[in-house]
Amino acid sequence: MSEVILNIKNLHVSVEGTKIIKGVDLTIKSGEIHAIMGRNGAGKSTLAHVLMGHPAYEITQGEIQYRGKPIEEYEVFERARAGMFLSFQYPASIPGVQVGNFLKKSVNNVRNVKVKARDFRKELNAAMEKLDMDKAFLSRYVNDGFSGGEKKRLEILQMMLLKPTLALLDETDSGLDIDALRLVAKGITETAEATGFLVITHYQRLLELIKPDFVHAMIDGKFVKSGGPELALKLEDQGYDWLEA
Amino acid sequence: MNDEANNAVGDYQYGFHDPENATIRFDKGLSEQVVRDISNLKEEPEWMTEIRVKAYRHFVSRPMPDWGNCSMLESIKFDDVTYFLRSSKETANDWDDVPEDIKNTFNRLGIPEAEQKWLGGVTAQYESEAVYHSVREDLEEQGVIFLDMDAGLKEYPELVKQYFCSVIPYADNKFSALNTAVWSGGSFIYVPKGVHVEMPVQAYFRINAKNMGQFERTLIIADEGSSINYVEGCTAPTYSTDSLHSAVVELIAMEGAKIRYSTVQNWSANVYNLVTKRGIAHKNAVVEWVDGNIGSKLTMKYPSVILKGEGAHAEIISVAYAGAGQHQDAGAKVHHLAPNTTSNILSKSISKNGGRSSYRGLLKVNPKAHGCRSKVVCDALMLDADSRSDTYPTMEVSNSSADLEHEASVSKISGDQLFYLMSRGFSEEEAMGLIVNGFFEPFTRELPMEYAVELNKLLELEMEGAIG
Repeated sequence: MSEVILNIKNLHVSVEGTKIIKGVDLTIKSGEIHAIMGRNGAGKSTLAHVLMGHPAYEITQGEIQYRGKPIEEYEVFERARAGMFLSFQYPASIPGVQVGNFLKKSVNNVRNVKVKARDFRKELNAAMEKLDMDKAFLSRYVNDGFSGGEKKRLEILQMMLLKPTLALLDETDSGLDIDALRLVAKGITETAEATGFLVITHYQRLLELIKPDFVHAMIDGKFVKSGGPELALKLEDQGYDWLEA
Repeated sequence: MNDEANNAVGDYQYGFHDPENATIRFDKGLSEQVVRDISNLKEEPEWMTEIRVKAYRHFVSRPMPDWGNCSMLESIKFDDVTYFLRSSKETANDWDDVPEDIKNTFNRLGIPEAEQKWLGGVTAQYESEAVYHSVREDLEEQGVIFLDMDAGLKEYPELVKQYFCSVIPYADNKFSALNTAVWSGGSFIYVPKGVHVEMPVQAYFRINAKNMGQFERTLIIADEGSSINYVEGCTAPTYSTDSLHSAVVELIAMEGAKIRYSTVQNWSANVYNLVTKRGIAHKNAVVEWVDGNIGSKLTMKYPSVILKGEGAHAEIISVAYAGAGQHQDAGAKVHHLAPNTTSNILSKSISKNGGRSSYRGLLKVNPKAHGCRSKVVCDALMLDADSRSDTYPTMEVSNSSADLEHEASVSKISGDQLFYLMSRGFSEEEAMGLIVNGFFEPFTRELPMEYAVELNKLLELEMEGAIG
């Protein structure tokens, strides 16, 4: 039986006094892939950020439970240590911090053990090979001077290493060519089977590769329609106007 | 360390002190007689006594600098300083012969261990004089001279006479005059032609007594085509009264030679650190200063290079960390005297909890110095709104063929960076520590690994309690 990882009830979120999310309900069980589609400004990224605990977003109503506990009980870093992961649309660069060192520290943080250097190296090599990433990546500074595609690949690499319980992917497919997209999809399917996914996207093409169990159409801070993969096709084909009537 | 000491010391992990067991301690305060007494006690040649006395007279007549942190400079009480303190009868070359309490200090600082692992030679100075000194046999066999400065003067008076004050005249500034008058300890190094000293040699300076003045004097001569990598570290206990550290370091790199001089200064926050460092680079020689200022109350230090010979190169990489009550007034100076000389200056500073860091730089290009290139980069990171960062760059360029670049930036840690790292399981303090270490990385990567690791730990410690 699959566990309920995330349970959102009647969620309302504001940023600096502006209401962005206006009543969202969502349940994600382990192993499920949920996709959220919607226009820019619909509140998709806000949902991902509020789940991860970004300080600028205020929950004004409703509740979020992560693995049966109110999410406010976790600070941002505790959410990460409890198995939540956010793949950023625009990951921040950290000059002077090498990717290899950063990955190792992140893995140690999240697994709450000091992983042996040799074991880590092995795991890392295997994951990088799957994502077709060059070793030279490891000595570069985190996201510093990276192309858009390189940043996304690093996000997926982190996801593969951190093996989250709940993975939030914020437009990880945006701006990628088809080869990079395939690698991202591979990264998603390679991540632990028990992981629950919330995939935010504008495009059907990623969903073709990862086959979501549920698709939610988001307009003006609400899910206006939920369905299976066929909904994603219809949204890409017909846009969102038909949902606004 | 007992609780009381711990309370006094706070976060500064080297703030412990050991009992003061001085064998000779001069009364506090400075006079011509004190200068003569120091020279006498050390049985110095007359010419040295004369330079000391001249330097003393210059020190007395010379006004305080009217720039930098004038109010902090004016608060130095020269009459309260102890100018000479001998804590061990002789310089040992075996740790077993070092007085027990002093040995304990250096053990706690990890010096004997470092020596065994990765150093070519060590000198450890406690108060005014070296208490321990050793150099690897293979270096001695190659003719490398590595002594404490007092022994250097005794054993190689001619060599010392030739170069002492040749790069930094005693009248260069008020504090070079003070150092020349009362200097004691420091390192004397001569590397013969073509010899490359592969393992770094290290000097460690420790002030233990209250109101102590430490005035070490270092002279390094790298003969043609030779190279040496010298590393120094400094710490002191935390007292409520102030100590004074005023060193002079002179480097001479002959044709094709290379000298790298690395410092990690972590004095406690009650030490005035007023140091003059300058090197001369002859034809195709390289002088590199790698200079880290983490501790002290006030540091005023601008490592300089005089590019005297054609094709010479200067590299000055410095970082400064200014916490509460600290002012790091640091920088770099390069004089391009000869054609086709090049220089790189990289300065990085962090200010936190009301600390102040200043970059003060001078870049001078002589009319006859054609085809010179120089790049200056200054980056400041401010961790809060109470802190301060200033930049005072001066460029005096008298040759139009010079190719000069200057970049400066002031930045803050962004919320996006913190959120990103926290979403990867770093607490806010750990995230700040990582960002700060990353900011200093261009400096840290130049240090021997053991120093780099230590410095990173130190900065992480500084970030603890950073979140209000």
